Amino acid sequence: MLEMLQYDFMRNAFAAAAVVAVVAGTVGYFLVLRGQTFAGHALAHVGFTGATGAVLLGIAPIWGLVLATVAAGIGMGFMGERLAQRDVAIGLVLALALGLGLLFLHFFTAFATQATTLLFGNVLAVDMRTVWVLLALGSVSLATLAVISRPLLFASLHPELAEAKGVSLRLYSVLFLAIVALATAECAQIVGVLLVFALMVGPAAAAQRLTSAMAAGVLLSAVLALLEAWSGIALAYYTDWPSSFWITALSAAVYLIATLPRPMGRLASAAPR
Amino acid sequence: MNAVELRDVSLTLGGRTILTGIGLDIAMGEFVGVLGPNGSGKTTLMRAILGLVPPSRGSIHVLGQPATRGNPAIGYMPQARHFASDLRLSGRDFVASVSNGHRLGLPVQGRTVRAEMEHALRLVGAQELARRPLAELSGGERQRLLLAQALIGKPQLLLLDEPLISLDPHRQQEVVDLVKTLKADLGIAVLFSAHDVNSLLSAIDKVLYLGSGQAALGTIDEVITGPVLSRLYGSHIDVVRVGGRIFVMSGSCCAEAEEHRHESAPTDRQPRHSGHA
Repeated sequence: MLEMLQYDFMRNAFAAAAVVAVVAGTVGYFLVLRGQTFAGHALAHVGFTGATGAVLLGIAPIWGLVLATVAAGIGMGFMGERLAQRDVAIGLVLALALGLGLLFLHFFTAFATQATTLLFGNVLAVDMRTVWVLLALGSVSLATLAVISRPLLFASLHPELAEAKGVSLRLYSVLFLAIVALATAECAQIVGVLLVFALMVGPAAAAQRLTSAMAAGVLLSAVLALLEAWSGIALAYYTDWPSSFWITALSAAVYLIATLPRPMGRLASAAPR
Repeated sequence: MNAVELRDVSLTLGGRTILTGIGLDIAMGEFVGVLGPNGSGKTTLMRAILGLVPPSRGSIHVLGQPATRGNPAIGYMPQARHFASDLRLSGRDFVASVSNGHRLGLPVQGRTVRAEMEHALRLVGAQELARRPLAELSGGERQRLLLAQALIGKPQLLLLDEPLISLDPHRQQEVVDLVKTLKADLGIAVLFSAHDVNSLLSAIDKVLYLGSGQAALGTIDEVITGPVLSRLYGSHIDVVRVGGRIFVMSGSCCAEAEEHRHESAPTDRQPRHSGHA
């Protein structure tokens, strides 16, 4: 078991996955609670345009990814809650983003392998510098989320009431989608833009199935994301199959188990906290 | 001091005039049923009292102060949305999120927040059911949590927007009785909008009937009459009383029941395990 930790690339992979999983699990919990998972999915695709655009300009793809997702997140937030949840508009943006990314790659054919990495991720290729970048970005998103979490929760659960109490729904929508965008850009480093759902939504949705207490749910979501990411990397090491495959498979399996009807399920949810 | 005072108030929404030149006083401790056809301005009036819709003319005072957004003295229960029916979150977290919800920081439930939540849950008798996820509650149980949420912050005035929608008659009566008890125990004023006056007969002190941009406030006997309602509906209305119930008839059909039928289409979702409510 410890033998795989002899390699630098494995240590980097575990470190990067730890940072990203905790951020994704935490941010994802609020994303699922607000019913904006599809918006998160679309943000990742916009990130593909940003990353390929950056490659074309000779900049590191992660910065193109971060810039594009955050800009799109803020834009989506300004367009209001309704648009951020409108399937057709989001779906079209998502398709356009992938199309643009393809066009950028077309101009830079040497980066064909880069496309696969961006789309499906390659956590084993993460270097130490990227781990530090991920840690910095992750700290920013978690710190911002911590500061706004109470009004964000109020605005998410009781929008009309929050509005009546003077809370700006739009402000928190914009701030939250900016945080989601940062988290999405981070996830893309591990599982690629197409599979961000596996880390952002899978663990959070499973956690909400397993506990109805919010604090426990956020914690469980982060822990599940971490376990799925680490196990995925370890399984990839032993099987030589792609780590992204294992992470998506584990994410789906955990969600499936969490949704199974349990004879004790009712008892567990009714138990005092 | 009155709970609500409107002086010559006109309300417009997106260029459409909803209410014109309304003047009315609602005293402290009064339970007022707000009635009227769809689009007559029941929700808009509540949003104006909350300071969310500024009057295009006239003035609105709440507890002696001009209506402003964020007034902590008002408890508000918006019209039920079906969003909450998918939430896996517990009722306790749902209700507690209202405490200090406008302040920045982590939603940590300190002793004050917990005490406030327990108090509100106790008032509506929802301490036990609030431990379950919202998705597993029936419509009536969720309404009770929404009512608890409106009581956070010790309000002097409760604005309840269609709390009876999508509830069966038995559950409707439970909610009305509960609000009546709360009003008596806490001495607060209540504005309670509904489609059918009969569900409120046992509880309300006054009726506020809206229609055709106008309003009539008074006791049931003063307001629910043929002449007054004919003016508000803009067509001939007969009021028929049979066996303690009131039927508002437009021609040969029942005007209020018509309204009610298509609004109550989404049914009260009963969970498999609901043994009690």
